[in-house]
Amino acid sequence: MPPRPRGPPLADLHFGDDQPTEAELAAVDAIVPEADAATVTETERLVRGGRARRQGLRHLLLPVLHSLQHEIGWISPGGLNGAAERLGVPPAEAYGVATFYELLRTTDPGHRDDVVHVCVDPACALASAEDLRASLEASGAKVHNSPCLGQCDRAPALFVQGVGRPDRVPADDGEDFRLPQAGDPDLRVLRRVGVVDPTSLDSYREHGGYEALVRSVEMGPDAVISAISDSGLSGRGGAAFPTGVKWRAVADEPGPDKHVVANCDESEPGTFKDRVVCEHDPFAVIESMTVAGLATGSVHGWIYIRGEYPRATARLEGAIAQARAAGLLGADVAGTGQRFDIELRRGAGAYICGEETALFNSIEGFRGEPRNKPPFPTTHGLFSQPTAINNPETLINVLGILTDGPDAYRSVGTERSPGTRLFCLSGRVGVPGLYEVPFGTTLGELLDLAGGPVGPLAAVLLGGAAGVFVGPDALDMPLTLEDAREAGATLGSGVVTVFDDTVDMEAVVVRIAEFFRDESCGQCVPCRVGTQRQHEVLVELQASGRPLAPQRAELIDDMALAMVDASICGLGHTAASAVRSAVALGLIGNSS
Amino acid sequence: MSPAVTETAVTIRVDGQEVAVPDGATILDACDAAGVDTPTICYGPTLTPVNVCRVCVVELDGSRALVPSCSRPAEEGMVVYTDSERVRHSRKMVLEFLATGVDVSQADELGQWADHYGADPDRYVPGGETMDEPVRVQDNLYIRDYDKCVLCYRCVEACGDDAQHTYAISVAGRGFGARISTEFDVTLPDSACVYCGNCVAVCPTNALQFKTEFDLREADDWRPEDQTVTQTVCSYCGVGCNLELHVQDNQIVKCTSPDDHDVTQGNLCIKGRFGWNYV
Repeated sequence: MPPRPRGPPLADLHFGDDQPTEAELAAVDAIVPEADAATVTETERLVRGGRARRQGLRHLLLPVLHSLQHEIGWISPGGLNGAAERLGVPPAEAYGVATFYELLRTTDPGHRDDVVHVCVDPACALASAEDLRASLEASGAKVHNSPCLGQCDRAPALFVQGVGRPDRVPADDGEDFRLPQAGDPDLRVLRRVGVVDPTSLDSYREHGGYEALVRSVEMGPDAVISAISDSGLSGRGGAAFPTGVKWRAVADEPGPDKHVVANCDESEPGTFKDRVVCEHDPFAVIESMTVAGLATGSVHGWIYIRGEYPRATARLEGAIAQARAAGLLGADVAGTGQRFDIELRRGAGAYICGEETALFNSIEGFRGEPRNKPPFPTTHGLFSQPTAINNPETLINVLGILTDGPDAYRSVGTERSPGTRLFCLSGRVGVPGLYEVPFGTTLGELLDLAGGPVGPLAAVLLGGAAGVFVGPDALDMPLTLEDAREAGATLGSGVVTVFDDTVDMEAVVVRIAEFFRDESCGQCVPCRVGTQRQHEVLVELQASGRPLAPQRAELIDDMALAMVDASICGLGHTAASAVRSAVALGLIGNSS
Repeated sequence: MSPAVTETAVTIRVDGQEVAVPDGATILDACDAAGVDTPTICYGPTLTPVNVCRVCVVELDGSRALVPSCSRPAEEGMVVYTDSERVRHSRKMVLEFLATGVDVSQADELGQWADHYGADPDRYVPGGETMDEPVRVQDNLYIRDYDKCVLCYRCVEACGDDAQHTYAISVAGRGFGARISTEFDVTLPDSACVYCGNCVAVCPTNALQFKTEFDLREADDWRPEDQTVTQTVCSYCGVGCNLELHVQDNQIVKCTSPDDHDVTQGNLCIKGRFGWNYV
């Protein structure tokens, strides 16, 4: 196809000779029409548009790159130039962003076929993902190894990245979804999941939807935040930060240019809870974000969701559109006179973008590198403005706190860990799936609820790759924040991956180390090099078939301490924890 | 000379010693004021701190993890330790980590700190991944040897927001595969590079070198001990940039400008940096 001239060159940016094709320009147009380009007019001495206009468009860089990838199958030099010029982004920076993400390609694949991503993380590896991969390859499919795809309840997982066709998850086709605990009257966060029609606002309302928003308007922002503080709700992503404190801090910041962000970028291997919730109760995410917007006085809402979750994305987009049409989002939310609306952004395959400040950079159109804290998001978050960021599980808890009151919320769980918790069970367990139990349920009780371990229990990975292995002796441990901490464990994002005595634990641990090596953003030295060297030590151990040598054990500990102490973000801080717990439990390094 | 201003002072404790620094100063500034020498790699006095190398970390009372002294503002009453076991360990590991994957043979200061903290890069698995990049010689002005790159981001900052606003280079890729790169790794002459050489000036490991220096080193004839430095003012335009001409055997071999010079802050343009062949 003949190239289309890009118009006069931008005076202050340099572009190479590669021109975008018509198709590439159309892909750019789809996100940023020519009329909205960063530069409006240009004379010999002036560029009309300027810095502010450019900065105002930069957040569209990732959507434009997504569009190119989807329509063309890769980001070519010409395509990158077309995108960068439209947005006024230096091409070197746009390239830096494009090469950051697993779902974006910057080399010509030489075909326009869909790419089938096959999960290679523990739960899928146990479910013969390797055999599936081999048979797909034999059938001529273009296959790509992927980190956890968030479908551990139906392993082995596939995600098909379409070129010119929609992305899809084969397991979604004709799925008759049913929660393992369907019908349990004690469910709170999951009470509508599998019951409500996720594509219908009316159905959501018939099942109690938007009662919490009405209640929150009656109460007023101050009382809403007090109720959340009184309930003791804490973040469900792993850090367990008190939600009321976070919201109060944002509410106390002046001005309306504040943000509420739903972090739907769960990518912790073994985690799929937010996918299930977003697919089957998307209006609850929208409603709870709206409550957060009104309570904190924020006018901007954002959903950042994994690029590998096409159905959840479609359902959230549908819910946003219906809520907007019903006046529940927009310039006048539910007749309150307050503005709040939500934009949805898709990630592009980067575990690190689940880290809140990396997520902000990703939305803003920069590399998804975490920022140093302080300052914290409550004062300097998205676009350096005050931001309340929570994941869907945390947000949905707010609805029940408002309709039933903080005391009812505290009626289950423990004093320091009130309420219920979602757990993602996978691996060698009878009925893998998403479970909701009160905090304080023991690990053994949770496993029994899920049909118990299949085969003699060897270990449980709590909290995912960033968590720790525990042995059969931990079955009596109550699943609370305080008990986990005391046991040197973590609940993390609610991952419970079960391993029996047939599993090659060395292979599992090598894969966890490989995961962190692959997913480190590369910004800080302790994590960039530490995750690489940790993986090399474990590969050496696996190949040797011998016990872990004392100097190698010392090296693992030395690297771990530096990563914990000196890394910028939580990825580095936790990159060694599963490995060290596996050594401590004797799951690896004992061969004789 | 700075005008007389009244600045609010912040008092913090560094290794037991009380020091007062102006409001807005960093912990690193306080360490300097206390006479405590701190290793730095990614920090540059003329650059916005990016706190990525983590070699300047210190222990801060009340903070779970160590904190980067280069970027963390000093706050009233902070208690900081710069030589605790945890600090020494992390600094040693950062220096060790870098030496396992990068050619740090021309990064003198880094080597001295590695000795100081007892870094032992030889204790890792043999045959581990390294930068493994060819030297990029694409013109007669400067070369890029990414085997020596520690990814400190200083060149990116100098090319971008902190000095030149040219944005010819960025960090590309992810994790251990991250590299400093132009778009699609096009050659410098094909990129936005304007050859100001400000990236060369801030590089702490000699990954970016004047071509003259590179050629002399290749010929095993690079002799810093025989070099003299002559201060002069650039003759091209009226701005008045100070130049430091580094001379070996009566030939100019490279040109720098002082970081603390009011006009340049270490930065030059292509003419001042490279335009001395006529001398």
